[in-house]
Amino acid sequence: MNKLDTNYKNTWCPGCGNFGILAAFKKAIEDEDLSKIVITTGIGCHAKLADYINVNSFYSLHGRSIPAAEGIKLANPELKVIVFTGDGDSLDEGISHLIHAAKRNTDITVILHNNRLFALTTGQFTAVSPDSFKGKSTPMGSPESPINPLELLLASNATFIARSYSGNIKHLEEIIKRAISHKGFSIVEVLDPCVSFFNTAELYNKNTYVISDNNLDSREEALKKIREWNYEEIDQKIPLGIFYEIQKKLYFERALISKKEETVEQILEELI
Amino acid sequence: MKDFTILVGGQAGQGSRKAGLVIAKILNNLGYRIFIYDDYESLIKGGHSFSKIRASDKKIFTQSSELNFILALDQKTLDKHLNNLKDDGIIIFNSDEIKFDKGLGINAETIAKEEGGSSIMANTAIIAAFAKTIGVDFDLLKNTFQKEFKKGFDINLKIAERIYNEVDEKLKIEKLDNKPLSLITGNEALALGATKAGLDIYYAYPMTPATSILHFLAGRKLGVNTIQLENEISVIIAALGSAYAGKRSMVGTSGGGFALMTEGISFAAIAELPVVIVNSQRTGPATGVPTYTGQSDLNFVLNAGHGDIVKFTIAPSNADECFKWGGRILNLAWKYQTPAILLVDKEISESTFNLEIDQEIKKEEILLADKKGQYERYEITDNGISPLAFPGGDAIVKATSYEHNEFGLTAEESEEEIMAMQEKRLRKFEAMQEEVDLMADAIKVYGKKDSKNVLITWGSSVGPSIEAAENFDLKVIQIIVLEPFPIIQVMKELEDASQVICVEQNALGQLTSLLSKNGIEADELILKYSSRVIQKEEIEDLLKEII
Repeated sequence: MNKLDTNYKNTWCPGCGNFGILAAFKKAIEDEDLSKIVITTGIGCHAKLADYINVNSFYSLHGRSIPAAEGIKLANPELKVIVFTGDGDSLDEGISHLIHAAKRNTDITVILHNNRLFALTTGQFTAVSPDSFKGKSTPMGSPESPINPLELLLASNATFIARSYSGNIKHLEEIIKRAISHKGFSIVEVLDPCVSFFNTAELYNKNTYVISDNNLDSREEALKKIREWNYEEIDQKIPLGIFYEIQKKLYFERALISKKEETVEQILEELI
Repeated sequence: MKDFTILVGGQAGQGSRKAGLVIAKILNNLGYRIFIYDDYESLIKGGHSFSKIRASDKKIFTQSSELNFILALDQKTLDKHLNNLKDDGIIIFNSDEIKFDKGLGINAETIAKEEGGSSIMANTAIIAAFAKTIGVDFDLLKNTFQKEFKKGFDINLKIAERIYNEVDEKLKIEKLDNKPLSLITGNEALALGATKAGLDIYYAYPMTPATSILHFLAGRKLGVNTIQLENEISVIIAALGSAYAGKRSMVGTSGGGFALMTEGISFAAIAELPVVIVNSQRTGPATGVPTYTGQSDLNFVLNAGHGDIVKFTIAPSNADECFKWGGRILNLAWKYQTPAILLVDKEISESTFNLEIDQEIKKEEILLADKKGQYERYEITDNGISPLAFPGGDAIVKATSYEHNEFGLTAEESEEEIMAMQEKRLRKFEAMQEEVDLMADAIKVYGKKDSKNVLITWGSSVGPSIEAAENFDLKVIQIIVLEPFPIIQVMKELEDASQVICVEQNALGQLTSLLSKNGIEADELILKYSSRVIQKEEIEDLLKEII
């Protein structure tokens, strides 16, 4: 048994994209000091990862993987905090936390398992399902069109934005490593086919292509790359790679500023 | 005068609150015990704000309806409060704003401007006129100004000096032998108590009447970090994340924000993460009456969190108790790895009291894991408390919102495993009950302790109840720890009771329901739910009909 395994029975569907994400993550952290790694998860298929990997973990509530990570990082900035979340988790239920964590440049890495639907509840549309998505709650097709989450994150001042694919484990491992080593808020969107309810593997195999690092500090370039694919089912090319990376002051350095320069007793004296 | 009240009022932005505080500090220095009630509306400029400063030779915890002095910065102050002024009461008013044919008119704004100040310094002129009227030495006025007006001290002093010399002394407030005490609000006191117990981080989203906890801690250098987040949900979850990583955290809000936090309470209970949640009540439901008081969240707080859970709910009634329980509740949360709620209300949070500390508060030791063998976050133990370890060291720490096994992995297949973990928590709840059973101060008893007539009350109803009871054959029981319920202590005090009267500030009688659940039936209820705090005089009038 690998030291990173818990021997917990894995209940992901055979062929689930999450296997690729777990494998890539385990490879990505091989050389890290594991005692300093903490993962948080929300609720959903992605979140079972907390049971499958033998590292510190905080299995949070649905949509709340990110605020948990922020609290952990503020309590102990030495920890490397990695958030696993899903599209239902952080683009529907907890989207405000995602936006604000990016805006703050909280020093965490968010790995977004994007299977583009609610899977554990057996297939309903999320914020990134294609327009007219037919699921159990929308048999006639969903009456909404998707958002582009990476465009939203660029607008929210995320300092590292990347996309990878669970079917390209080598690429994903590399991107996760880069995201973890980035100082500040990093997001890795992982295209993650759901074999049971929305199997996009063929589409991704055909349309994804890997881009090289170019002008990573340019918002305009980033936006162009991010907008190449609009999350609809039509035959568009889907770039994988790092779209944007800049350096900015870290949130915990700016927020944890209280110095102990007075005592309760001194204050009580002052209040007489 | 041994017990008197001064009302200072004006529009929001005219500085009536500051004037009230300065007057309170002067009287505090003369040995009087102080209670300040601050009244304001949900707006920034205009409207009507006032402070009522009550001074007494005895320690006091509530306001008085009757006024001895009115200091008016605007017309509305006179219009609204004149009928509460005693027959021999004194009025001092800002004649630049107010036309009135009695009392002492001071053209306060004109004088403030003539001395080089701005019209807001009219409040200084009024303070000085009042100080001279009651015979305060100029030196005391000057010293107080020096402390209270760090900016613009010179101009304020010039204004004060001029008025002081122009106004006549009407009476002489005698100096008492009492030592002056700190003047502090309930919110400030609970923040300091928690700090003594090792508070590391305070998380909040602004919400009246809890906001001043955030402001106070942010403005001080106590080594407590203050973090404002995007909503109350992130506030509670981030606090739980910090607790998981070993830092003592507290959050604060009012009813509406507390409602958002409830998913975190249930989570904290199953994941056994310590957190203190301050709920400072306003009048509900929903947005309710945001800047006024009430006690209508009790049912909700006691029942907050889905699943089979027990937490601590503790309701102090004044600054002394806020300080003590603000510290103790943080220690209790960590001892039992549980969510714990400090339930106060606007009247306690934002009123100013004299503080006396009767118990040393310090950060108490917690049960930590020793380093041998594989760490199990949810180890099954006899008393249900599992040793703590934090990420970053040798142990792998797995916390979870799912039902789980001892290591912290999801339990789903095995009924035995699921029951074993619930039963571990049940044993912990029993230990929490035993802790409360042994707390002599989980309740407090006042009044005629051998009386068969018993008044039971809580929170901000306690101060007015105690004073109202003074003229009756009545024993008063204050319940401070509401969950787990201190049944042994309460039953002991009720052994000889023939009549039980409940006093609380909500419409349904929520403490009365809690008592009933514990087998105690109230004979009479005194309820107030107008959003303004219940006055001792109001309780007295109703008690006359009952007893």
